[in-house]
Amino acid sequence: MTGARYTKDHEYVRMDGDIGVIGVTDYAQSQLGDIVFVDLPPVGKNIAKGQELAVIESVKAASEVYAPVSGEVVEVNGAIETAAAIVNEDSMNKGWLVKLRLSDPSETAGLMDEAAYEAFVKGL
Amino acid sequence: MRYHPLTDADRSEMLAKIGAAGVEELFADMPAEALLHDALDLPRGKSELEVERVMSAFAARNIAASRAPFFVGAGAYRHHVPASVDHLIQRSEFLTSYTPYQPEISQGTLQYLFEFQTQVALLTGMEVANASMYDGSTACAEAVLMAHRLTKRRKAILSGGLHPHYADVVRTVSKLADDDVVSLAPDVYAQENLLDAIDAGVSCVVVQSPDFFGNPRDLRALAQACHRCGALLIGVFTEAVSLGLLTPPGAFGADIVVGEGQSIGNALAFGGPYVGLFATREEFLRQMPGRVSGETVDADGRRAYVLTLSAREQHIRRDKATSNICTNSGLCALAFTIHLSLLGETGLRRLARVNHASAVLLAEALARVANVEMLNDAFFNEFTLRVTGDAAEIVEKMAARGVLAGVPVSRLLPRLGLDDLLLVASTETNTAEDRAAFVAALEGAL
Amino acid sequence: MLDQPTHFVAAPDEETPPATFTGNRGLDQEEPLLFEIGRLDVTGVDIDEPEPFTPRLGGLERVDPIGLPGLCEPEAMRHYVRLSRKNYSIDAGLYPLGSCTMKHNPRLNEKLARLEGFADIHPLQPQSTIQGALALMEELARWLLALTNMSAVALSPKAGAHGELCGLMTIKTAIAARGEAATRNVVLIPQSAHGTNPASAALLGFSVRVVAAGDDGIVHADAVRAALGPDVAAIMLTNPNTCGLFERDIVEIARLVREEGGYFYCDGANFNAIAGVARPGDFGIDAMHINLHKTFSTPHGGGGPGSGPVVLSERLAPYAPVPFVLREGAGIRLVEHAEGTESFGRMTAFHGQMGMFTRAMAYMFSHGADGLRQASRDAVLSANYIRASLRDVMTQPFGDRPCMHEVLFDDAWLRGTGITTLDFAKAMIDEGYHPMTIYFPLVAHGAMLIEPTESESKASLDLFIATLRDLGERALRGEAEAFHQAPRHAPRRRLDETLAARKPVLRWRGG
Repeated sequence: MTGARYTKDHEYVRMDGDIGVIGVTDYAQSQLGDIVFVDLPPVGKNIAKGQELAVIESVKAASEVYAPVSGEVVEVNGAIETAAAIVNEDSMNKGWLVKLRLSDPSETAGLMDEAAYEAFVKGL
Repeated sequence: MRYHPLTDADRSEMLAKIGAAGVEELFADMPAEALLHDALDLPRGKSELEVERVMSAFAARNIAASRAPFFVGAGAYRHHVPASVDHLIQRSEFLTSYTPYQPEISQGTLQYLFEFQTQVALLTGMEVANASMYDGSTACAEAVLMAHRLTKRRKAILSGGLHPHYADVVRTVSKLADDDVVSLAPDVYAQENLLDAIDAGVSCVVVQSPDFFGNPRDLRALAQACHRCGALLIGVFTEAVSLGLLTPPGAFGADIVVGEGQSIGNALAFGGPYVGLFATREEFLRQMPGRVSGETVDADGRRAYVLTLSAREQHIRRDKATSNICTNSGLCALAFTIHLSLLGETGLRRLARVNHASAVLLAEALARVANVEMLNDAFFNEFTLRVTGDAAEIVEKMAARGVLAGVPVSRLLPRLGLDDLLLVASTETNTAEDRAAFVAALEGAL
Repeated sequence: MLDQPTHFVAAPDEETPPATFTGNRGLDQEEPLLFEIGRLDVTGVDIDEPEPFTPRLGGLERVDPIGLPGLCEPEAMRHYVRLSRKNYSIDAGLYPLGSCTMKHNPRLNEKLARLEGFADIHPLQPQSTIQGALALMEELARWLLALTNMSAVALSPKAGAHGELCGLMTIKTAIAARGEAATRNVVLIPQSAHGTNPASAALLGFSVRVVAAGDDGIVHADAVRAALGPDVAAIMLTNPNTCGLFERDIVEIARLVREEGGYFYCDGANFNAIAGVARPGDFGIDAMHINLHKTFSTPHGGGGPGSGPVVLSERLAPYAPVPFVLREGAGIRLVEHAEGTESFGRMTAFHGQMGMFTRAMAYMFSHGADGLRQASRDAVLSANYIRASLRDVMTQPFGDRPCMHEVLFDDAWLRGTGITTLDFAKAMIDEGYHPMTIYFPLVAHGAMLIEPTESESKASLDLFIATLRDLGERALRGEAEAFHQAPRHAPRRRLDETLAARKPVLRWRGG
């Protein structure tokens, strides 16, 4: 799989070997407003697709981030613990949230590709 | 009616604007059978003069603390509050203002809350504090819930020296939230073994100092034992003035400190409103319940204060909130802040010394009374007496002799064989005459 | 009396007044923190050192400095008076806050709460020495039960949210007593509910099932029927609801819930619309909390203290928390222990917010049954007057129809102006008003919920209406920038709330 895959809830997963790098899209961060804190899962936790993976807090809201695929948390983005603003500035790259070792790589097939996601966002 | 500005002429004009013939039309959505047509079985409205008469009659049937030598404590303490405190909290802008959700026009409230939070953190020896909770007992229950969230365990250990009401509140919340509580037996001599109760399933140990029976406690070893097991130590106090003389729980390594702030700035008021104090470590900040006032700047770059970290609270997280709390104890927190700023460190320490001296003098006088035994080696301004006979009966007899002598332990811990124990508090409001009256009344009642 | 409020819009470069040495602007004074003006060696309280004595602290004496600065009395007065003057308050102006009921706080309440027979009594004095306090609690209970036609009242909850918790705790206990604790674990809550409702439910381990309201803003019986099942413990409804509308189907809903074995919790935050006009017990509810600091005028105090007694139906009464008052012949006893009763236990130390009971009783005695009824009627009349006066400018999400004591507008009318509900609210501050409730309830987009209460004169209402009309017209004329810059006349401009949340500074650290 090249490029990222997307969910209707504006999460993305981008593969790096068998590790999926997960975050929220640029559209999501713009909707959330200034992000003040991200509550990340512990390393080692097993998450099923669709389960709550993280919580993003802005000043006036808290939004759940759901796992687009299932897997084990192998790394979380320590940089955003002290600088949540990175998620606003560069949610697709530097502002990644969680890295999962996928338990079922075929789950990515059901997600939207870049073109489909862009069309989806345009329709909102 | 003196509180209703609208006149009948006003009402007619307003109805005309609305296009309704009468106010009844505006209640048309309500089930007709539920609308009241007859007067309720309640009296008609009264003038101020009549209201004063009626309410004074209720008040007159109570014996106020100032009317008798007074030694009642057990979680609420009689202290002198300077006249300026009550005057300031009655200023319109403090008394009749709303929660500071519009910070531009609430800087008064937000700034005093910031001062309050700092005072509480310093007093308890902790890093951060919130803008107050309803009272010490609910703050204690919230601390237990916070410990459960942080450790992801759901069993709390309660010391046998914890105020029985506080323990009851924790047990009630825990039972209904399906959490576990282990309550140690009442610990009159501060001899319980809490260390053996800590295991890998324990989220927190809750200990009070001075405890319910008056004993100050060294929490250092307990804090270390908790931390070795991944559990948190929650330190509790019910007499805030004690922190002017005793090592605070924070210095012993407590992770969360909660307590009752009533002693500073607030009247006895038959049990409420009081003010819960809640402090913790900076690393646990985002799990701390309740409101917090934080520093920031405005659009002109001027320093300002605002309610912050709201995303944890009920109005945003709803069913995932850290707590369901909506109010803090605003005006009581203000009274605390003002009184403590009038005292300052110098005044607080002196006040605490006077309190302790008052209790020491009473203890010395009681040492000469036959058939009573003081059970504490150490205490602050409250201790436990063992009397021969039923302590509750003795308190009634002493009341008949015009002395409000303290709280029989059996009132809060009935049917546990503690009926001969009496909690006696002595503060700066007690004089030598009061102490002499106590001794005389006690001797007469034994 | 102003017929036409004037407003003066200065050009941007004219409007900043000249700087001053102090940073003060006349009576608008800056005030540093206590920690910047107080000193560790100063105290404003004269206390004599005790005569020398041998301490008995067990070696646990506090030795390190605490760091608490002190002020002498004149300094303290000045500091806190100056802080007070940065606050808006009911005494100074109308608060159109929907769901908050910011009515006048009578000063008689303050005087009577301070009688030494109320203020200087300890909760654990011998009961024979505080029979007057217990009698007052009994009297308050009598009034609340008469106003609601319920069977029992729990006086101990310390605030509305605490009352909700109390109500749900009695329900959970009642369900357990029926042996259905394992199966009934869902609570039905509409989307318009106040956040404390789902938060309280979640605390007790219930899961929340959202019940949708209709396009008319109320919950319909068939929606409830569809959501009901053997797993439902309770429904939580606010009535009148948070959109300012009476839940017309409430009697039917209560019947359906009861038939399915569930309980009806009513959030009584909006009781000011119907107190003395109708009794919620007659709708078929099982529990309702009453906010004494809303309906019964006890002061908001900048955020508290409140008081939230809960009235209970006959089938929930046995499970009420301790303590409660019980009449025994000529005397009254405070029952403080749950043993031997079916009570679910204790919710707070001591007995409840006595200071708020006395204030509420002063209010109730002052109003009487007739005055309470008049207050509700005037509250509803005033809200509808505002509705009728602004409906041609501002949009209502559920169409224009009679509301109860509060009227709900949304931001549809501002579409295309570049002005949000927040901007509109901040502009109200410059006009000398506290904004209305905004962005609540969630079911309205950019909600603006206005509740005038019965305490406003017609002149006050007319000026408020005229001001909102004027602001509305300016908004529609395209003065977006002015709204974005608001407020300009408050002690502070808009605050950087992102900074406050990203880098929380919650205490003074010196330096």
